[in-house]
This record gives sequence, C-alpha cells and structure tokens, in this order.
Amino acid sequence: MSKIHVTTSINGDQVEYLCEPHETLLDVLRDRVGLTGAKEGCGSGDCGACSVELDGRLVCSCLVLGAEAEGKEVQTIEGMADGEKLHPLQQKLLEHAALQCGICTPGILVAAKALLEKNPDPTETEVRYWLAGNLCRCTGYDKIIRAVLDAAAEMRGA
Amino acid sequence: MVKVVLWGSLRSATGGLTDVEVDAANTGELLKALVEKYPELESIIEEGVSVAIDGLIYKEAWFTPIKPDSEVVLMPYMKGG
Amino acid sequence: MVNEYVESKSDASDVTESKRDFKIVGTRPLRPDGIDKVTGRAMFGADMSAPGMLHGATLRSPHPHARILSIDVSKALALDGVKAVVTSKDFVKQDNSGNQDTLDNLMARDKVLYHGHAVAAVAAVNVDVANSAAKLIKVEYEILPHETDVDAAMLPGAPVLHEGRKFSSVPEGSSPNVSSYWEFGHGDVDEGFAKADIIVERSFKTAATHQGYIEPHACLATMGADGRGELWVCTQGHFMVRELAAAFNGIDASQLRVTASEIGGGFGGKTTVYLEPVAVALARKSGRPVKMVMTRDEVFRATGPTVSSSTDVKIGMTKDGRITAGQAKLRYQGGAYPNITAMLGAMTAFAAYDLDAVQTLAWNVLTNRPKQAAYRAPGAPMAIYTVESVIDEMCQKLDLDPLEVRLLNAARKGTKSSYGPTFDEIGLVATLEAAKAHPHYAAPLGPNQGRGVSCGFWFNFAGNTSVSIAVSPDGTVAVTEGNPDIGGSRASISMMAAEELGIPYDKVRTIVADTNSIGFNDVTDGSRVTFSVGLATIKAARAAIKNMCGRAAMVWGIDPDAVEWKDGAAVPTGHNAGNFPPMTLAEIARDAGKTGGPIAGHFEANADGAGVSFGVHLVDIEVDPETGFTKVLRYTVFQDAGKAIHPAYVEGQMQGGAVQGIGWALNEEYIYGDDGILQNAGFLDYRIPVASDLPMIDAVILEIPNPGHPYGVRGVGETGIVPPLAAVANGVSHAAGVRMAELPMSPPRILAAIDGAKG
Repeated sequence: MSKIHVTTSINGDQVEYLCEPHETLLDVLRDRVGLTGAKEGCGSGDCGACSVELDGRLVCSCLVLGAEAEGKEVQTIEGMADGEKLHPLQQKLLEHAALQCGICTPGILVAAKALLEKNPDPTETEVRYWLAGNLCRCTGYDKIIRAVLDAAAEMRGA
Repeated sequence: MVKVVLWGSLRSATGGLTDVEVDAANTGELLKALVEKYPELESIIEEGVSVAIDGLIYKEAWFTPIKPDSEVVLMPYMKGG
Repeated sequence: MVNEYVESKSDASDVTESKRDFKIVGTRPLRPDGIDKVTGRAMFGADMSAPGMLHGATLRSPHPHARILSIDVSKALALDGVKAVVTSKDFVKQDNSGNQDTLDNLMARDKVLYHGHAVAAVAAVNVDVANSAAKLIKVEYEILPHETDVDAAMLPGAPVLHEGRKFSSVPEGSSPNVSSYWEFGHGDVDEGFAKADIIVERSFKTAATHQGYIEPHACLATMGADGRGELWVCTQGHFMVRELAAAFNGIDASQLRVTASEIGGGFGGKTTVYLEPVAVALARKSGRPVKMVMTRDEVFRATGPTVSSSTDVKIGMTKDGRITAGQAKLRYQGGAYPNITAMLGAMTAFAAYDLDAVQTLAWNVLTNRPKQAAYRAPGAPMAIYTVESVIDEMCQKLDLDPLEVRLLNAARKGTKSSYGPTFDEIGLVATLEAAKAHPHYAAPLGPNQGRGVSCGFWFNFAGNTSVSIAVSPDGTVAVTEGNPDIGGSRASISMMAAEELGIPYDKVRTIVADTNSIGFNDVTDGSRVTFSVGLATIKAARAAIKNMCGRAAMVWGIDPDAVEWKDGAAVPTGHNAGNFPPMTLAEIARDAGKTGGPIAGHFEANADGAGVSFGVHLVDIEVDPETGFTKVLRYTVFQDAGKAIHPAYVEGQMQGGAVQGIGWALNEEYIYGDDGILQNAGFLDYRIPVASDLPMIDAVILEIPNPGHPYGVRGVGETGIVPPLAAVANGVSHAAGVRMAELPMSPPRILAAIDGAKG
C-alpha cells in the first residue's frame, strides 16, 4: 500500500508529510512531525491526552487519520504559548499547582482553550462537563477546575 | 537481654511464643541471636524483616543500637506504592 | 535564630525544629518542571527516540491458564523487517524467588497464568511489522482449568497455579494457592468480646482496581555487543529497573545506565518491571535501539491492579462507644504470583485505634489474574474500609456520634499499635478534632443524602537515599538526587535546599540523575521521597555549609568553630572570633578555587525516622432511590503532613488520593467472565472518575511534626486513598438506608440493596 502525501498547517506552519492510510494524526504528529506534546493514553478516545484542535474543533488526535488533516489547520500544545510568553491557561495551571505528573496537562490545556474560545465565562459545572473527556489520575481535578476558571476571569478582564 | 515481640504467625517457629528474649546490643546481633535460638526463623529473616525500636521502623540496618529497655518489635519487610 | 549551622550540634539534625521560623518551606513557588509540562516539551517514556530505532511488540496469552508445550518463532523471524524475537529462554534464571517471579511474569516460562501473560516479544522496523510478526509466532498450549475468585481459589479442588511449590509461613492443610499467611495483634480477643455490650460481625468484598496512570509503560533500550547499555524509561525507580534488567539479561548493573524519563503517573504501579528487561534483550539480539510502548489494553491486562479482597470483621463495643475487641480475617487475591498485600492489610486494619485486644489474620491467595502491583498504601484501603464500615454501623446502632466514638478510641502517643510498635507523636486526634470542628460536619443534609466518615492510616517508608549538592561559582546551587519525581518533589527538594542554605528558591535547581551519576536510591514508594530525599538534601546542604564556614574561617584566619551559617552567609561568632562582615554563599563560591577548590556536599544513608500518617475524610453523598445513581456532593480531607513543605502539592496528594478512593468505592472494578478473561480492559468500561463526577475536594492540612525529620516532614502520598472507601460506603449506606458491604457500589448494586431491604 502506498503512502498518502498530506499538506497541512500545524501551529501556523505549513507542513508536508507522507503517512500510511491507517495512520492516526496522533502518530503522525509524534512520529513523523516530531511534536510529542500530544500523548497517547488509550488510543481509543477515552482519555483526551491526545487532544488537538482541527480547524478550531477539539478532537482526540488518536481518532483522526493523518490523511484527514489535508488542507486543514492543526493546533497542538506546542503552539499554545507565544514565544516565551505563556497562554493565561498555562500560567494559571502552574500557579494553581494544577498538575502533578503532567501527562494529561497538554490535553487539558488544549481542551480548556477550546472551551474558552466558545464560552469565555463558563460556570464550574460547564468546565467540569467540558473537561469530562480529559482524564487526570493525579489531581482529583480540583486545582485544574480552579485554574481554568481563574484563567477565564483573567482573559475576560484583559 | 532484650525482649522482642514477634508477629503472631511466627509462633509456629518459636514453640508458641510471640514474646521472646535474646542477648543483643544492635539489630544485626538481634537477628543473628533469633536465628540461633529459633532456627525456623532463618528463612523468614532471610526473606527480609524490619525491626521497630522504640516505635521507629528500621529496614535492614544491622548496627542500630538497642538498649536493654528498648521496645523491640520484629516486623515484616514492607513494600509500598 | 534562623538558618543557623553550628558544627557542635551535629545531632541537632535528628531533632525536629518544629518551631523554626521557615522562610521558604511552607510557601507555594512554581514547580521547576512546570514550564516544560505546560508547553508539551517534557519528555515522558514514549517521547524518546533514537537513530535506527526498532519497535517492539509482545505476544500475550489468549488463555487464563495453560501449559506452554512449544513456541515456534520461525515464521515471525522470516517476516521482512523483523530483527529479533525473544522468549523466556533468552533470560537468565534467578536465584531469588521474588525476582524469578517478576521475570516469569514479564515472560511466561512453563505456564501462562493469566489472560494477557506475555509469551514472546518481537523487534521490527515499525510497530505494524512487529505486531504482524507477533501474530506469526505459533504457541502450542495445553489448556488448564482456571480460577479468578479469591474465596473459590482457597477451596479444595481449585486449580493450582504453582504445582509443587512450597510457600513458607503457610499453615499445614492450607490450599496450595495460599502463598502466605500472617497474624498480628495483641491481647485476648475472646475476653474483649465478652466485655462488649454489642458485637457486630460482617463480611465485605472489594474489587481489584487499577492504578490507572494515564501514561502507559514505555521504554527505549540500547545495548552494545560489549554489554554496555542505555535505558530510558518511565518508572518510579530507575535503580530498581537497572538491578532487574541487568540481572535478567546477565549483564553488570553498572554497565546499564538507566535514565528516568518524566513519569506520567505511577501510584505504585511503576515500582516493578514489565517491558524494560525485554527491550534490553531485544536490543542485545538485534544490535539496534528498541522502543517498547504498551497499549492501554496491555496496561489493564498485564500490569498493575491491586488485589481484590474478601474480609470478615468482628468488633465488640460498650454502649458508650469504647471498642473492647477487634478481629479481622482478610483474604486477598493478588493474581498469579506471591505478594505481601494481605499482610499490609492485616497490619493496618485497626491501626487507628487504641485497643486492648486486637487480632488480624491474613491470607494471600493466588489466582489466574495479573500479578498485583503496589497501589497507593497497598493493602490498607480495603482493610480499613471493612473496620470503618463496622464501626459506623455500631455508632448507628448505639446512636453515637461517629467522630466522638473515633476520638474515644483513637490511637495517640503511647498507644501500642495493632501491628506491634508503640506510637510516638501522631496526628490522629488532632485530625479528628479538626473534622469535628469543621463547618462541613455541621452542614444540613437533604432527603436521600447521607454523610460518611472514615479514618485512614498509612506507614511512611524511609530507605536508601543519595543526594549531592554542588555550589556553582556564580553562587547558584545544583541538587542531584535519584528518585523519580511523581508529584512535584523537585520543587519540595529545591525548597528544602534553599531553606537550609539561606538562598532564594530560584537559585536552586534539582534534577533526578541517571543510575551512573549518583549513589543508589530505593524506589519512589511508601510516601518516602519528601521525607527521605528531603532529609538527605538537608544533610547534604549542612555538609556544604560546614565546608563554606571552613573557607570563611581560612580567609578570616580564625578557628572554623568560630564561624556559623546565618541567612545564607558565614558569620563570625563568639567573643574572640573577630569582627568580620558576613561572607555570603556567592562570595565564598566565587573564590572557591582560591580557597581549596569546588564546594559540594553529599549525603548517603539508609534513612530512618519515618513517621506514620493519619487522615480523616468527610463526604456527603446523594443516592437516587429509583436508579441507584450516586452523586458526591461535598468532600473534605483532613490529613497530618507533619510539616507541609509545599502546601499546594500536599493538598494535591490529598485530593488525588481521595478521588482515586472515590473511584474505587463507586465505579472501578476488574470484571471477569467465567472464561477467565478481563471484560473491561479500557477506560470506557473501566471508568475512573472524570471532572463532572466530582465536587471540589477541600483539603485541610494539619501539622503534627514527625520527630524523626529535621523539619518534621511526614510523607503524604498514600494516606489519602485509605479513608474514601469507607467514608463513601458509610455515606451511601446512610443515604440509601441500607448497609453496603461490597465495592464498587455501582448503581445496580445499590439498587439491588435498596430493593432487597424493601423485602
């Protein structure tokens, strides 16, 4: 079976790659493009550690084929900070000590950013339901939820 | 002599006793004396034990001093998460 | 006096400075690995690659119990792109039975003992080829009868896992599947029960649960023909990985350099080896780097879980709430190989109480399930769940306040513990009193709502620890330690170094070094790191301080004993020391080359002095009587941290442990069919708590200093998972009006209990 040639945009950079027809976007990002920030926790769309945005839509990159990125815009955790300036969500997760091991953190941040783009003023319950697709086994979510609410407040004020 | 408290299931190796007395000034001597007095304890001690002296648990430390009036408890070796 | 170092007080390091006025300890600075982790740069187990790297895949048993008659790897080896295949024959037999069990578990030798047990592994040019090749390996099996239930495995006639193997410390006449038997306690329980006004005797079951770390096991191995290798791995203990991977491959430990990656959760589940010795073997045979990464399905089937349990508890109480005797019989199945988890359950079941008569009996039982691994306070949650459930029922029967009864019976300094030694300073009473005084305990409850309470206990381990501190010429400090950071420990270690040296936190950087760059360290387990590595860091800093005071003395031309360390500088002290201005760490460091060379301090020891840790949890639960659905409405954790170095990460441990316990109580469960096959090996069907299941988890830290640590630290990592099982069960029992005795309390189980109570 021959490989598929894909031209796409990742974090604003034009990227070309060859991938197998069955290869997931997650594998492409990690193994072909060298962006290992998205993590594989389950490979079945249950844990959210591989969350990326595809044309502004939050997806599990383990459930998207690499070939599907053709002509689209992919946003990953690596594109979240602006140079050395962290996104308010990144800064607030740090300040609230909202990560322990950090393996779920990229997915949580990408998902939370997608939420705040749609809903800049979410309630605690809205944040909890939006992030219900991102498993964290370390924190019990408490500090994550507080950090997202705090970042939302700061972004509204800014 | 030092009084040593053993855990209950070691009774089978000591003829029914869980409080035994041996002559020892540190943990290494204590373990050696226990094996001399109760040879059936050898395999258990070789598998690994801890010794609690006056409430503090020591893992594998042979030269921890024991006073004659110390509370000494033989404990299994523990592994955690 | 702050930050004083006085040589003549060298023993003072063994005395807690609980009244010390800390400058950095107790604050909440940002963690040093934080930026890497919020930007995606942090390198975890599966994130490393190497030029020419191959990918490994594992063939696993489709049967829960079978004899391996033959393995034919020829077709796999013939597949294009396959570079090496290994089976159990490629590993070195071990003298130590525990190590041999670990080896047999990661590559089955004569029998497969559970569904998912590894049989062979392949290295190939990519994952697809490796997986295809694994399927071409032909294994001939003789299928044997299997058993996955703990009680059934103890019955005569149950399938025997390890035929002919004699386990020590097992009474004559036990089932051959009993791998060990334990008894703890003191006093005469029959006499105690005779004094009781009421006696309650109940049986409980808990399901096996998985640690559920989000990062699957992963490693990358390189091994040259000269026997020198490199291993990159996510683990709680890279020295442990080195010892085992080297021994199983017949190489010298020092020739295998193991580097711990960032670790994506462990909770005890990464305190052993699965892939690592296999990757080394494949790298050795292929002559190329080999990366192995487990799928989530493999993680569930072949790693982790904790034990499932079946326990009988009997407690006697006077009508005013004094416990007269307690007895527990604990039967734990821990999968296909021996373990000590029931022993830990038996030691901890009644540890919260000051009892005249207590007896615990424990059996570890073998079944056709994966070899259990440690899970946060292993053995304790399920044991304490049963005791705390019965105490709650007795309080209900006697119409007594559950916290008052616990206070009446609480262990305190001078109590002879249920596992033997007498307690020194402990924080249970303070923790119970804090819970009693908290607004949560007095808050009103609505219909179908119930409040649950439970105590929890866990040991702290100490153990082998090495730390090295180097003072750089620019006056900054590098701390090198050897325990993987699973919850922010690099922050707390940096804080303790900065505190002791009297310099700002951001002038210190702590790294976890590889196995060839620092002395040996025990695994990150038993809540030991902040305690043990912290203690070693403080002592290494004191060694560096002594060195720096000596340099200042030389420059000033005075006796080294006339110099002390204060606020990050050497100062002359005493009548005849002279009147010199303080010489700062940066000044001493700058001139170090002129005063004798580089400045460093190090400390290596098998640490002792670990304390124990108690916690109390309060939870409000609502049960829908129509569906059995539960909702956690409010949750408060009270825990003694001794001294919280970085309170935010202490709270994080308390919150995370509580939520793992909530999952254990309500949802999580290894489900086996009659065919012995795990039915829910994925996060969709093995449901760990998600954000929308939970309220905020309030954390109240108490600080009753541990006398064995210079700053009073107690480990806080594990105790938090212990109380939730009973706290939630007691809450559900009050809300549903029916006593629950089996975990998880899934909606069907609650509904059945409610319907059963209606008659």
